Amino acid sequence: MKILVCISHVPDTTSKINFTNNNTEFDGNGITFVINPYDEFGLTRAMQIKEATGASITVINVGPASTEPTLRKTLAIGADDAVRINAEPTDAAFVARLLANYAKEQNFDLVITGRESIDYNGGAVPGMLATYLDVPFVNACIGLELDGTKATVIREIDGGKETLEGNLPMLLAGQKGLVEEKDLRIPAMRGIMMARKKPLTVIEAVETVKQTSVLSFELPEAKAACTMIDADNVEQLVELLHSEAKVI
Amino acid sequence: MAVLVYAESWNGSFKKATFEAVSYAAQLANKLGTESIALTFANNDDSTLLGKYGVNKVLTIANDSLATFNNQAYANAIIAAAENTGAETVVISNTNNGKAVAPIIAAKRNAALITNVLDLPDSLSPFTVKRKTFSSKAFAQYSTEAAQKVISITPNAIGAIETGGSAATESFYYAATESDNRLSSVSVDRVTGKIGLTEADIVVSAGRGLKGPENWGMIEELAELLGAATACSKPVADIGWRSHGEHVGQTGIAINPELYIAVGISGAIQHLAGVNASKNIVVINTDPEAPFFKAADYGIIGDAFEVVPKLIEALKVYKADN
Repeated sequence: MKILVCISHVPDTTSKINFTNNNTEFDGNGITFVINPYDEFGLTRAMQIKEATGASITVINVGPASTEPTLRKTLAIGADDAVRINAEPTDAAFVARLLANYAKEQNFDLVITGRESIDYNGGAVPGMLATYLDVPFVNACIGLELDGTKATVIREIDGGKETLEGNLPMLLAGQKGLVEEKDLRIPAMRGIMMARKKPLTVIEAVETVKQTSVLSFELPEAKAACTMIDADNVEQLVELLHSEAKVI
Repeated sequence: MAVLVYAESWNGSFKKATFEAVSYAAQLANKLGTESIALTFANNDDSTLLGKYGVNKVLTIANDSLATFNNQAYANAIIAAAENTGAETVVISNTNNGKAVAPIIAAKRNAALITNVLDLPDSLSPFTVKRKTFSSKAFAQYSTEAAQKVISITPNAIGAIETGGSAATESFYYAATESDNRLSSVSVDRVTGKIGLTEADIVVSAGRGLKGPENWGMIEELAELLGAATACSKPVADIGWRSHGEHVGQTGIAINPELYIAVGISGAIQHLAGVNASKNIVVINTDPEAPFFKAADYGIIGDAFEVVPKLIEALKVYKADN
């Protein structure tokens, strides 16, 4: 079985976000980049499947050379080989086409992505990629069990969950639940050593069509000072929520 | 030219997010000088209700094969309705089901997809719209030149406006294909009677300051009194005190209610990312240095086990008087 795990290279969750170039570009200065947290759940689930069935795992990312340390980290966690498509991932349809061009040739049984990246949060690439590959798409996937080529998957729905069945190939856009936080894999020293020797192939981008562009970014306005209320006078809070905030 | 909106049903009924999406589509169509059409599936509510929010026409799909949500079939049915009505723009609510159909529609129609949209377009040429980005830590103006568009709007961001209009209802038929049914639904496990987090007006949330899952009774009581949904911080979901479905924050659910009450949550940057779009934030924490106070509108420094019961009593008195 062949598994493809798509990896986004994103600012660490603790990052303070700033923009540069007249608020038209994200300021990566001083930012630590990590594997997109949603992708980590999928990568770990793929590792469990690999250990149980001997599946192979390819990881792929659309990005410039600066994203390679993130791909190396996924190899250190246990992916077998990595592919980087050399392009700035500025538009969802563009990225999904590039991924599809590669994946079509390879006949993967299972494609796993995160449900969205924590930087641009489009949540668009997974469903587009599934459509270009003509495979079923499960969004917000929180459970996967395989029995040969039969997959039982669980997806989050508003206020609950739904269990679905189908045959591979399919594409799952995962999140927490696919595995638990405590089961997430981190690179061990042996893995880091082995990762250096694993193949990382760079493919030049051929696709050029982009559908959207960002004109400008802005940060939320700073909050006015917090109104402090005495713990012995919670009635004042109720009064303010009624008369000032007008929410009750 | 027309604008088509997917009027989502949950268990056969429209919800707030649906009326917001329908109202958005009607306002967008007005701006574009065209008509708006709503598409419903397996809906038991009165479909003409949607006309009150300004759409000109409602298409209803009632075939058995589409009685339950199936993202592939629903996406294809929405595409068929768009083709049938000549709609170029499809409006969707950014719910879990909305997110599962939007990219399929965009990919098949070669349309521009803009998700997490917060407002009507600032400009129509090029089409420019504000969306949330960087996990609610920032906003961005996105633009597209594409004629075909899919616009997915954030629940609770844009109010539903009643126009007092009325809409003609027509039935629409889409025959699901074999490839629409490559996945089959085995079971749906829905928590009924609880208010959905993303569309709740008020959310009461608690963190590790509560010391254990057995202490959530007062949080649930406070929520019930306010007609609020309950939520929790990431550590609380990770230790298993509450379900992951309640985790709000950067890697959980992003919310933007009218009122967010955080009890015993310090306010780490990852938590703030998911909740700082709330219009009013109340923070109750024992630690005066908790970073959450900087992001709050109202703060109480105090022990949750003393403050929350007092707040419940004060609210009961308020409710009795009002």
